[in-house]
Amino acid sequence: MNIHIPTPLRTYTAGAETVSVPGATVAEVFSNLTTEYPELKQQLFSNDGKLRSFVNVYLNDEDLRYLPEKEATTVAQADELTIIPSIAGGADRMAECVCCSCCSLL
Amino acid sequence: MPTAIEEEVQQLPKLSNEEIARYSRHLILPEVGMEGQQKLKAAKVLCVGTGGLGAPLALYLTAAGVGTIGLIDFDVVDESNLQRQIIHSQSTVGMLKVDSAERMLKGLNKNVKVVKHNTMLTSANALEIFKDYDVIADGTDNFQTRYLVNDACVLTGKPNAYGSIFRFEGQASVFATEEGPCYRCLYPEPPPPGLVPSCAEGGVLGILPGLVGVIQATEVIKLILGIGEPLVGRLLLVDALGMNFRTLKLRKNPNCPACGTHEIKELIDYDQFCGIEKPTSVGPLEVSRDKAVADAAVVDGIPQISVEELKKKLDAKADIFVLDVREPHEYPIANLGAPLIPVGTIESRIGEIAGHKNDEVIVHCRSGARSQKAALALKAAGFTNVHNLTGGILAWAEKIDPSMPKY
Repeated sequence: MNIHIPTPLRTYTAGAETVSVPGATVAEVFSNLTTEYPELKQQLFSNDGKLRSFVNVYLNDEDLRYLPEKEATTVAQADELTIIPSIAGGADRMAECVCCSCCSLL
Repeated sequence: MPTAIEEEVQQLPKLSNEEIARYSRHLILPEVGMEGQQKLKAAKVLCVGTGGLGAPLALYLTAAGVGTIGLIDFDVVDESNLQRQIIHSQSTVGMLKVDSAERMLKGLNKNVKVVKHNTMLTSANALEIFKDYDVIADGTDNFQTRYLVNDACVLTGKPNAYGSIFRFEGQASVFATEEGPCYRCLYPEPPPPGLVPSCAEGGVLGILPGLVGVIQATEVIKLILGIGEPLVGRLLLVDALGMNFRTLKLRKNPNCPACGTHEIKELIDYDQFCGIEKPTSVGPLEVSRDKAVADAAVVDGIPQISVEELKKKLDAKADIFVLDVREPHEYPIANLGAPLIPVGTIESRIGEIAGHKNDEVIVHCRSGARSQKAALALKAAGFTNVHNLTGGILAWAEKIDPSMPKY
């Protein structure tokens, strides 16, 4: 299935906006994603293997947090996962991204 | 959809003949009409920030005939703002942004009342400022203010027309309506500062805030008129490169401390909440932090070196190794001829410079923040004599080589 990667995380997918990863459940897809792009793991998951609280994941247009089976939800090839970044840019200084509060210091 | 205007319809302000002529293209739209235009005239909208998002937002709201526009900003206009902040102009560079914006708005529509708040929005003043407005439009640029605006909107019961941008991506939504979710329902916690190393990916396509700011303005107008389907409970994702627009469902989180359980009863310390050092009275956060780095001789065990000292060492052909840790696309803008290893890749490429482990290493970036981070990484990797260049290549351009461009 396709996973949409937000701009701040594309550094870790060699610039790819969409990556195609196999898997029968959301958890499997994520496991395969982080195997293929190991650097994504630290960005998306805490050390105990849970999705970080500021990372929002959508299966099609539904928030994973509100799906009854959450990561265990089964997925089909045509489904899409989207990772939503926290972005805060808008005014004058360089936009902040999920990555830092130091963009304004660059 | 109920209107965001508190005034009773019969008390709406009358339009003058001049206003009727000016707004005729609204008046002949049945969804706006006379009453809608009067609602716009009665409406008070606060634009938080008069930067990239606030500029198109305030301009279109002014053109549309919103009666009162509040502007909150503490900054002054800089020439580098003009790439996207079209409310300012060449002739207002150096002016306070609220004054510059007022000049442009008044030039566009003399009927609009502009209320200027030349201050930083804080936990101490937000509720007091918000209470006089019907709709808040959040166009700020940092997570602390995002959470502050959200909580103040929830506490005062004002809808928040939200917009946010990063490089080529944008987001928009309407938060903190009675029935809809708030910003905290989407992002319960801010990302910790410094999680991802590649913070050098800042920058924004100048027209993107125009796109997203106009979406915010559209939502503001819809909220005032009570028409259409505002982005309540939906997050709009804008991808300017692919030119794709998608909306995702947002749910109100029953456990949200702001709009769900209401355990947030007053505004908190948002710098602390976002894990950011407190700003000092010196000025905005980044100024105070920059200064703190610049003033200290040693920061986190890394000695800081001035551009004057670096110049002396280079002139004396001292045995030093200068390393540039910016991104490749920054190099052609200005450089000191030093080898380049971007800060995000320094740990994996440390082998390339292992020969300099015991040399005097001077690390530089644009302004001194990334190079400090890189210096710490080098020290941790066993480099014994690492210095950070205070103020980076900007300070070099300022003090040593005035012919060098600043970016």
